[in-house]
Amino acid sequence: MATAKSRASSFSRNLTSTGAVSYIPGIKHGPNGTTFLSSGIPDLDKILGGGFPLGSLVMIMEDAEAPHHLLLLRTFMSQGLVHEQPLLYASPSRDPRTFLGTLPSPLLSKEEKTLKNEQEQEKGLRIAWQYKKYFGENQPNLENSRDTRREYCSEFDLRKPMERHLFSAKFVECFSTLDSSNLPAFRDSCSRFLEKVPRTDGGVRCAGRIAIHSFCAPQCGYFNNEWDMVSFIGSLKNMVRSSNAVVVVTFPPSLISPSLSKRWQHMADTLLSVRAIPDEAKEMSKLLTGYQDMFGLLHVHKVAQINTQVPVILEASTFSLKLQRRRYLVLERLHQAPVDGSSGTSYNTSTSCSGSSKASPFDF
Amino acid sequence: MEQYLSLLDQAIEEDKTRVSDGAGRVVLIQDCVETSGAFLLHHLMKRALSRESSETVIFVAFAQPFSHYDRILKKLGCNLITLSQNGRFIFFDMLKLDCPDEVGGGRTKSGLVDLFHKIHKATEVIASPETKKSCITIMIDDLSLVEVAAHGSSNYVLDFLHYCQTLTSEVGCTLILLNHEDIYSSSEQLTLNLEVEYLADIVIKAKPLATGLATDVHGQLTVLNKRSSNEHGKLKKRIHNFQFKVKENGVEYFYSGSRT
Repeated sequence: MATAKSRASSFSRNLTSTGAVSYIPGIKHGPNGTTFLSSGIPDLDKILGGGFPLGSLVMIMEDAEAPHHLLLLRTFMSQGLVHEQPLLYASPSRDPRTFLGTLPSPLLSKEEKTLKNEQEQEKGLRIAWQYKKYFGENQPNLENSRDTRREYCSEFDLRKPMERHLFSAKFVECFSTLDSSNLPAFRDSCSRFLEKVPRTDGGVRCAGRIAIHSFCAPQCGYFNNEWDMVSFIGSLKNMVRSSNAVVVVTFPPSLISPSLSKRWQHMADTLLSVRAIPDEAKEMSKLLTGYQDMFGLLHVHKVAQINTQVPVILEASTFSLKLQRRRYLVLERLHQAPVDGSSGTSYNTSTSCSGSSKASPFDF
Repeated sequence: MEQYLSLLDQAIEEDKTRVSDGAGRVVLIQDCVETSGAFLLHHLMKRALSRESSETVIFVAFAQPFSHYDRILKKLGCNLITLSQNGRFIFFDMLKLDCPDEVGGGRTKSGLVDLFHKIHKATEVIASPETKKSCITIMIDDLSLVEVAAHGSSNYVLDFLHYCQTLTSEVGCTLILLNHEDIYSSSEQLTLNLEVEYLADIVIKAKPLATGLATDVHGQLTVLNKRSSNEHGKLKKRIHNFQFKVKENGVEYFYSGSRT
């Protein structure tokens, strides 16, 4: 929606002139002079209008009882590694590097598979060998377009760990936030990292990613200094604004005071929250189709508004997290289950639904 | 020149002719996570800058870099770069203002004190008799981040605001503040928001629609004009309620239900 609007205005960016830049893998130009990085989940990119804009702060509110935020964090990091973008990962564990071993590996896309099949078939077609020269002209072109399309956002196989050579590379930095009162040191390492991807006028050459896992976990030494944490996030946001990077921070809102949580929500450019689905929720399974396949809910509270004042109004703000073939993560809109015809109270049911929509966090 | 006044302008302007003491006003914009009130700042900034009169805007930015405002105001029809070259737009980039928490807060204070001196100096230059530019608008985006820069010492922030408020009567400038209301909803955090609300002559609250998200209506505004007066010259409080839709080149304001 936002894209269409900005195209209509006379100030839209001339996309053709910067076409050369967009061939850099993992970077896509958006409206209002923004540049997007992929979140690693194709559906989420679509929902957010292209991905996370460079220079933005993404905050993910964790569910206190489920590790669903790790899925978003993992795909975000894996996508960066696939594109060989520099990555800084911070977590409140003793050895943050072990987390890299749990990153999912990119999946061969369907197109790639069909390409392989085609090649195999081509080998089989011996009769038409003299027509091959006609294929030859089209082939490189096709491949090129396929490459750029595929590379922006790959799908990840959540069951297969990433190959070692990808994350043992030297462009991955890890930082443990467990040591007590090391926020200044953390800030320094972030700013050193961001200096590597400065914002220049000559287009984007390289983009960085910072992933901070459970920023305000109670085991961190700085947990009691609320204002230190707030000003850290504030200065991180300001640092990242002037660089070509995206910062993703997850935090447990239930552990901190509501006003601190609100402050962070205001600071965030893009605000997401994840929630697990309780197993025995009979009411919900009656209300929603495909409830059995869902394992969590993703709520989009805020979409980044960089260089624009128009808010992005999504058609729906709650999405279900599902696994397709137990491998890929997909996001789907919630669908109301068909009402049982025999009861004959479809009108009543629907009104009660819309009436309860204010109380319940779901919107249809 | 006949100027089209939107509902918001009407709600704010209402008594402009009646206030004869020349003192400026304090406008407070309150918003929440669901509905950003930044567009109101842009609207007021545009209104001040596009006037025929030579009004000057002093913008103190804690939230966004210059390029962000520049792009938005360009779409609204103001070129901030030319205006700042003409001296009608003064931008203070305070993104990096961070006063480390020293014992006794001495340095915390000095950061904001320096900022006030800069603002004061700027207003003196503008209001000096040889330049003859009388109307000044000071905008602060946003107050909660001033508090963050001061490491949570809300007393310093309040001191800073009181000093800024003195400018409204001294130089006759308008002070426009943006604050996030929902941060201050818990009981121990109330002070700053209440004090600022008390200072303000006009409070504009931006809220999401109670019925949920909609593409045609982005939210609703409540304008409380404390200095509004009726035809007999009596002061009375007036509250205006209307809805809005934000677009790239402006904002539409309308009464609820008046759009077909």
